[in-house]
Amino acid sequence: MKNELDYIGKSVIRKDALDKVTGEAKYTNDFQEAGTLHANLLISPYAHANIVSIDFSEVWKIPGIKAVLGDEPYPLVGEEIKDRSPIAYKRVRYHGEPVAVVVAETPIIAKRGVDAIKVSYEPLPVVNSPREAFQQDAPLLHEDMESYEKQERVYPIPNTNIANLNKIRKGNIEQGFMESDVVAEFTISFHPSDHAAMETRCAIAEIRPDGTVIFTTSSQAPFALKKLMKWYFGIEPGRVIVKTPIVGGAYGGKASIQLEVIAYLASKATGGRPVKLFNTREEDMITSPVHIGLDATVKLGATRDGMLKAAEIQYLFDGGAYSDKAVDISRAGAVDCTGPYRIDHVWCNCYCMYTNHPYASAYRGYGHSEVLFAFERTMDVLAEKLSMDPLDLRYKNAILPGDTTPTQVLLDSSRVGNLPLCIKRLKELMKWGEGQINEMDGGKIRVKGACCIWKTSTFDPDATSGVILTFNPDGSINLMSGVVEIGTGTKTVLAQILAERMKIDINMIHVKMLVDTQTVPEHWKTVGSRGTFMAGRAVLAAANDAIRQLKDRAACILRAPAEDLQVGYGKVYVADNPDFSIDIKDLAYGYTFPNGNTIGGQIIVSGNYTIPHMTYIDPETGKGDPGPEWTVGAQGMEVELDTRNYTYKILKAYSVIDIGKVLNEKAALGQVMGAMSMGIAFGGRETFVFDDYGRVLNPQLRTYRPLHYGEQPEYIIEFVETPHLAAPYGARGAGEHGLLGMPAALGNCLSSALGVQLNKLPLVPEQLWRISNEVNQ
Amino acid sequence: MIPFNFQYSKPQTIQEAVRQFYEYNRENKKAFYFSGGTELITLGRLNLVYADAVIDLKGIHEYSSIFFYENYLVIGGGATLTAIEEANVFPLLGKTASEIADRTSRNKITIGGNICGQIFYREAILPLLISDCLLGISEAGGIVYQPIHKIFNKQIHLKEGEFIFSILIDKMYVTMPFVSIKRRKQWDVGYPLVTVAAIKKENLIRMAVSGVCPFPFRSLEMEKALNEKGLPVEERVETALRSMPGPVLSDVEGSAEYRLFVLKNTMIDAIGELEGERGV
Amino acid sequence: MKEVSNNPLCSFLLVVNSEENVVTVRPADTLLYALRIHLGLTGSKPGCLNGDCGACTVLVDGTPMKSCLMLAVEGEEKAITTIEGLKNTPIQKAFVKHFAFQCGYCTPGFIMNCHALVHTEKDADETVIKDWLESNICRCTGYKEIREAVISVLHKLKKNE
Repeated sequence: MKNELDYIGKSVIRKDALDKVTGEAKYTNDFQEAGTLHANLLISPYAHANIVSIDFSEVWKIPGIKAVLGDEPYPLVGEEIKDRSPIAYKRVRYHGEPVAVVVAETPIIAKRGVDAIKVSYEPLPVVNSPREAFQQDAPLLHEDMESYEKQERVYPIPNTNIANLNKIRKGNIEQGFMESDVVAEFTISFHPSDHAAMETRCAIAEIRPDGTVIFTTSSQAPFALKKLMKWYFGIEPGRVIVKTPIVGGAYGGKASIQLEVIAYLASKATGGRPVKLFNTREEDMITSPVHIGLDATVKLGATRDGMLKAAEIQYLFDGGAYSDKAVDISRAGAVDCTGPYRIDHVWCNCYCMYTNHPYASAYRGYGHSEVLFAFERTMDVLAEKLSMDPLDLRYKNAILPGDTTPTQVLLDSSRVGNLPLCIKRLKELMKWGEGQINEMDGGKIRVKGACCIWKTSTFDPDATSGVILTFNPDGSINLMSGVVEIGTGTKTVLAQILAERMKIDINMIHVKMLVDTQTVPEHWKTVGSRGTFMAGRAVLAAANDAIRQLKDRAACILRAPAEDLQVGYGKVYVADNPDFSIDIKDLAYGYTFPNGNTIGGQIIVSGNYTIPHMTYIDPETGKGDPGPEWTVGAQGMEVELDTRNYTYKILKAYSVIDIGKVLNEKAALGQVMGAMSMGIAFGGRETFVFDDYGRVLNPQLRTYRPLHYGEQPEYIIEFVETPHLAAPYGARGAGEHGLLGMPAALGNCLSSALGVQLNKLPLVPEQLWRISNEVNQ
Repeated sequence: MIPFNFQYSKPQTIQEAVRQFYEYNRENKKAFYFSGGTELITLGRLNLVYADAVIDLKGIHEYSSIFFYENYLVIGGGATLTAIEEANVFPLLGKTASEIADRTSRNKITIGGNICGQIFYREAILPLLISDCLLGISEAGGIVYQPIHKIFNKQIHLKEGEFIFSILIDKMYVTMPFVSIKRRKQWDVGYPLVTVAAIKKENLIRMAVSGVCPFPFRSLEMEKALNEKGLPVEERVETALRSMPGPVLSDVEGSAEYRLFVLKNTMIDAIGELEGERGV
Repeated sequence: MKEVSNNPLCSFLLVVNSEENVVTVRPADTLLYALRIHLGLTGSKPGCLNGDCGACTVLVDGTPMKSCLMLAVEGEEKAITTIEGLKNTPIQKAFVKHFAFQCGYCTPGFIMNCHALVHTEKDADETVIKDWLESNICRCTGYKEIREAVISVLHKLKKNE
């Protein structure tokens, strides 16, 4: 009986499975309430232009038009700096920016309305990369930066394109290079790209007669929306209700607040009627926030025997036209600005730059896959200079308990996983000892490459997660958490944690998938691989309270002290005499004695969790404790390259990740595999292609191509389990980590194969051909 | 979501289809022959195509058929790319068609639609160009058969109100040695950087190319150079590349220089496959 | 045969999941739009409206079709099957068992295509499976889980023969 109720580590079938395989799962756009109006966007065809004139007169001639928005100074918005007009006013700063909104009875009428708008633009000079933006004479995107309202701890530099600068100063960089015998410096760059979640973003807003604003939105941050509505429009959080049904893929892209604000303005313009705004794919790719780009230079110093001494780094994140989440992404990039190594002397300037590109949202890994591409490519450059095996170099410098991170957090074995073990296992799995390069027939070579990864999650220090449990008369439990089901299966894992703790059949746990901020407790944001940790702790806290209440209630019925009782298997029983027991179903709604006397009512418990001891980072040195633990891992790739035409196929992709504890095996493998798949596509194919005018030339899935079936390699995944003591059952965050090293591993692999140092993403054959030709000349 | 409205009809004879077309024309309405219809739907929603009236040809008898008749393989303009691939009657065409878009889309896309489409790759035309096919063109009076080379120059030039009802391919071409190679920017999906279809007829190579210029083409000058058997293959290909019929594309799929590099390799591969190791 | 008329709307019989429905749509409306808006069958998903992602895949006379690439009027006199028409099929069970979905948005389209595949190509090898399934994009999984689900059903159907 005991084993059957052991749920931790088992591949428990997901709670959303049946709804999802029958088409019953409802996403935001599937809600079609009668009376809802539809909004459609006019988006900018220019990356940078003044709006000279805008003429709506033809729009109003179309029957069924309810409102037209645009050419108006709306309150500025933005996650940390209010630098963006939700609908452009007088000026556009990126291709795809909303210029006007038409609200109509049907989506088709709204679209016709948009087609009838006449706008004339005056193009302005374009800033087409963060490095360009960084130049002294670069055109300025935000001349009025000083006037923008902002949160604390953001460091923009007026009269430049710098939206934020974070500094990391650890040790003494001059001394670090003095102690170094060998120096490797390397520069990389890649453009913004896209999340390409299959569900495009959708938001519905309405304003009730009492002023309450109700949203239904495909968001990772329904609770953050409540707070931002206060900052943007002065609406008290209690007056904002946000509903988030199942979300069709997010990957960070739905952590930004954008369509909600436009839908709110559109509703306001129509007297509060419900207005739905559903992105086309093209809008979802360029109008809504994208995956950030990066230009970076990393300079590493090491002793002759390969001990890292110094890292001097400049990151220029391509935050795009508006700073929004890019400020925080660049902050996260600064916090883990190196790879997972012990380095005593670190100097990093991490800039969030304004450019005339679509602006950035979070992206799976939150700055880490980007930073790691720069750092881990440089590690291979250093290994070559040292004539050292690249994995030996990493093993030698692997971060350990007792070392400190770039923000000077002193690690122990709970707060950091076992990286040397990950590297060791990766070497064995990859048969690394058999050599990195193998010549094949027909001008083909097989080559292996590898890298290391790490990541912590830099939540706001006061980020909280809550859970409510209510009991049903059958003894089953309803679980309500503010975690959004974005595909990761977190709510199933929460059910497992609850079932394990309560020793109850998992089928007796009913998970509420829909988040409704009025009735479901807050989970700060469903981002950063933290759902299981924080909501899991909240579940345990609530479960402990439920157990206490059940025992108290049972104590008087069983006539035994509460401390002698156990809860499990649907009963409360006396520990050393289980025959004395009472069914939970007879307690959960109050216990009724034969004569009708009843004690207690429905058991309703709650729990919440806030990570203790988190701090802000120091503006001058970066010193601070920004995250609870660091998940580490080692990843690799084996590629077959045709040396004649530079085409290649990824044969195998490897991940060894210290996940702390596997809670649901198939779900965990699925998360890692899916993340690797995204990382492979990011490394090997995906990018926005910009023309000289900053316009995105490929905003469709037929020209911007995620991985398709049959293009995937063989995945080889192994977990190491070094528990994070604060987390439920020791589990570490792992939703993002499979992605982090894929671009770097691919770059290392192909660089070894070609004998050139590849420095741009994506690594398409043309890129390999071009760089090889340049080097050969 | 197509923003404009149109009328829809599904005539059952060629004559009726053509009659309707002219009737719309007289009323100053833009009529659109609809076969697979994927371009009307995808370009229409972006306002890149417009129609007042859509004439669905799929109700016309034999418009979607594939059969042999006397000396010819006859393929209806409405035959879907999947149907052509599965009928396996012209392996070169089947292979070339099987690389267009994806299978579910090919269940809808027709050969007539592909070769007359606005999206300029039109790869299904490559096998037709090198097999000197006849196109059965519908007119008010019935079907008129024209050699493809007479009406194809970068694209198929039809008079208003005409559509391609059928394609006739001389049987001798369906069994000739062939090669069809599609090279993409990266991995296995997407538009081509280069698509090459070639056959060997009486020891001479015929080759047609898509993806390199903003139109598919077959160039007799290129073929002449490719068939200079006395020379090394690489030299033949390099000579052929000097006869490009137009500027080479530089776009999101790849730069012009890279496309030429890929084209050169692809041509060498195609020749290698058709001539074998010894180059005969 | 449909008559030429100036009416911007047209009505016809659409057979979906073996049920007959009279739908009144614009001829310019896609099948996807008619299914979702007129019949309330929201299982078929809009992912790109451009034929690029496969999330809206339905079966038309048993053949997978992207319902965003098809006019609703083209569906007249055809048997249309949507995800709502599949109940307890081997492929649905296999998707659950093999964790072949995460966010679930591509799942209805994928299942429709896989369902047709296992019934049309009983001897499908890796090449055939790839040819069919590269029509759909899944952004969450690594495709390995979907492959395992399809292969498990092919094996099962073979054993039952």
